[in-house]
Amino acid sequence: MSLPAIEVEGLSKVFTLHLQGGSRLPVLRGAALAVLPGECVALTGPSGAGKSTLMRTLYGNYLPQAGRIVLRANGTEVDILAAGPRAVAALRRGTIGYVSQFLRVIPRVSARDVVADPLRANGVAEAEAQARADALLARLNIPERLRRIPPATFSGGEQQRVNIARGLAWPYPVLLLDEPTASLDPANRDIVVAMINEAKARGAAIVGIFHDVEVRARVADREHAVAPLAEAA
Amino acid sequence: MSGATTASGATTASGATTASGATTASGATTAAPDAAYNFAYLDEQTKRMLRRALLKAVAIPGYQVPFASREMPLAYGWGTGGMQVTAAILGSADVLKVIDQGADDTTNAVSIRAFFARTAGVATTESTAQATVIQTRHRIPEFPLREGQTIVYQVPQPEPLRKLEPRETETRRMHAMADYGVMHVKLYEDIARHGRVTLAYDYPVLVNRRHVMAPSPIPAFDNPKMHFSPALQLFGAGREKRLYAVPPFTSVESLAFEDHPFHPWKADCACDLCGATDSYLDEVIIDDSGGKLFVCSDTDHCATRRAEGHRGAKAGHALTAAE
Amino acid sequence: MLTDAPLLEAKTVSLRFGRIAALDEVSIQVWPGEVLAVVGESGSGKTTLLRVLHGDLSPDAGQVLYAGRDIHAMAAPDRKWLARNEWGFVHQNPRDGLRMAVSAGGNIGERLMAAGARHWGNIRAAAIEWLARVEIPEDRIDDPPRKFSGGMQQRLQIARVLVMGPRIVFMDEPTGGLDVSVQARLLDLIRRLTHELGLASVIVTHDLAVARLLADRTVVMQQGRVVEQGLTDQVLDDPHHAYTQLLVSSVLQA
Repeated sequence: MSLPAIEVEGLSKVFTLHLQGGSRLPVLRGAALAVLPGECVALTGPSGAGKSTLMRTLYGNYLPQAGRIVLRANGTEVDILAAGPRAVAALRRGTIGYVSQFLRVIPRVSARDVVADPLRANGVAEAEAQARADALLARLNIPERLRRIPPATFSGGEQQRVNIARGLAWPYPVLLLDEPTASLDPANRDIVVAMINEAKARGAAIVGIFHDVEVRARVADREHAVAPLAEAA
Repeated sequence: MSGATTASGATTASGATTASGATTASGATTAAPDAAYNFAYLDEQTKRMLRRALLKAVAIPGYQVPFASREMPLAYGWGTGGMQVTAAILGSADVLKVIDQGADDTTNAVSIRAFFARTAGVATTESTAQATVIQTRHRIPEFPLREGQTIVYQVPQPEPLRKLEPRETETRRMHAMADYGVMHVKLYEDIARHGRVTLAYDYPVLVNRRHVMAPSPIPAFDNPKMHFSPALQLFGAGREKRLYAVPPFTSVESLAFEDHPFHPWKADCACDLCGATDSYLDEVIIDDSGGKLFVCSDTDHCATRRAEGHRGAKAGHALTAAE
Repeated sequence: MLTDAPLLEAKTVSLRFGRIAALDEVSIQVWPGEVLAVVGESGSGKTTLLRVLHGDLSPDAGQVLYAGRDIHAMAAPDRKWLARNEWGFVHQNPRDGLRMAVSAGGNIGERLMAAGARHWGNIRAAAIEWLARVEIPEDRIDDPPRKFSGGMQQRLQIARVLVMGPRIVFMDEPTGGLDVSVQARLLDLIRRLTHELGLASVIVTHDLAVARLLADRTVVMQQGRVVEQGLTDQVLDDPHHAYTQLLVSSVLQA
């Protein structure tokens, strides 16, 4: 039995809205989660329950007030909350990947370069990085003429596919997927499901949010319910 | 020695006469100084101030030392800086030569020479070899200077960086930090624009491998003479109130690039009067149809060569009769 | 790997201008290869901090350590040497960082010449290479920057700064005053070059979008104090301090 790749204990997150008179919005309290390598856990629960919050906390995008988040990968074990921002930045390079719901578009960077970036960041030579980016985009049905232009003018679905390609370009041991198939047609949805299962097969630990029940059934090994907390005064 | 007459009958290297009208053994002549003035015009305290500044200048070759420039009986731009330096170092046994663009006989050279003859009573001469102190505007004599001689340059703009950096505060900092990139930028620009460095005079030099210095508007051709010269070289800028110095046997290197080395430029011909091929030449227009002569800029050098029998292509030209 | 020392560190730096505390016990670190944004509004102290980090201003208290050395305790020529060879400074107004009467090639080559480069052909080749990297056409090499547009002047300034291969570059509102499309081009250039060259960089900006695009970590300043710092996306997406929340909520969405 291997150790979990992701181990979360006692995670608490409260938003303090200073612009609303300092009102407090607790979203997570004592959350716990464990994900083994090769396992895909789907976060479930109603809208606003805290699924995205939990996911963003795992990525270091949100800072919790309390808890432990331990990542085990590539032979190392890191408590990312104790280790600090630079540790998180280092982990994001090669250990933990995140596919968000929206593609952040950078002016003048082509779709191919968006996808090749994580490869370059991990030391892959330019030509190979471009070739692998090309292959990934081709698989996701992004034609050549779109690959060399910035994705600002793409449709929602096209942007999402570029986003997924970027998230899966590097074989991260830990993957966080937030609604990866929203805005995709059935054909492309199938391709993404296949890619997720391939990641599982190579041993990635995956945490995902899938509103589409069918997709969830095809990729998730189990579900983890995130229950909304009662709002504090 | 000089004082002899040449084959053509002209007299060389003469000066005023002594009190008794006699000629000294070296051929230079003196008159008694005008008693209304302190020796060499400036008061002793001023000379002391100048000498202190000069000592500092000699101790830091190429470094511009500020000094309290005095009112001289001629306007700024006419050699007041050089004159103050000369006045400070002159002694009664000195023999003074004054040249202006290489000539002993222009109005300014004559005036300044007469000034010191009158206020200091020193012997004067036109011979580079005989002089102990040479005050010069914009040329170094062709005849090599020797140990024991002092050459005093008149300097209009002592700051070599001024055209590139107008702020005095900045140029002082640049000298202090040896921050001379901008000087090479100027040369870079010249080469980019013209294919070569076109700077023909006041060509900046690096003195003692430390300070960049303005050698005064001498032609670039003269720069090599400054390098390891046995003479003491002093520079005075009256309007800008700075003096600087290059002690004997000090390195003076003209700034350049490895692939565009310094080239001491001169007209590609010989002196039409004496035939010299290695002296700096003036181009003289002699008639209204553009006829011209190339003549040694250093009059003493040319006259001495002619006295020794050298002849140029236009030897015997009316120019020589003017002496 | 993460126990390496910061390249640049400010330790409880304070500075008063008269009665105003321009900097109040500011502590930040910059590691090799990372981009740090310092954001805040006018009067926050961010530009003052930049000048203290670059050695132009001396703090009243605290230290600035570069590679472990106190830059304000060292002799001026040593600091000047670092400023010329290991640090770069990109001014908001390119006219402050360029010689307007000197050609583009001369502007880029000056630092090389100041450092002792004496081969004209090599200097010119380096200038041509850098013009290409900042996307200035080679045929402008002999034109002075006063003939350039604002965006091109700024790119020339960046070339002039980067030609010496500094380890850390300080930028003061590098895109301030430029048209939006020109800004985008410049930001892309800065982003690519800092990554390609592995430069550490401290960028002062009031524009959160610039921080989001360029910076790994962000420091938020208000009235001379650091009120929040962390990974850029964390500070902008999950701001904790009231002032940071105000800044983030004030950004207009196009």
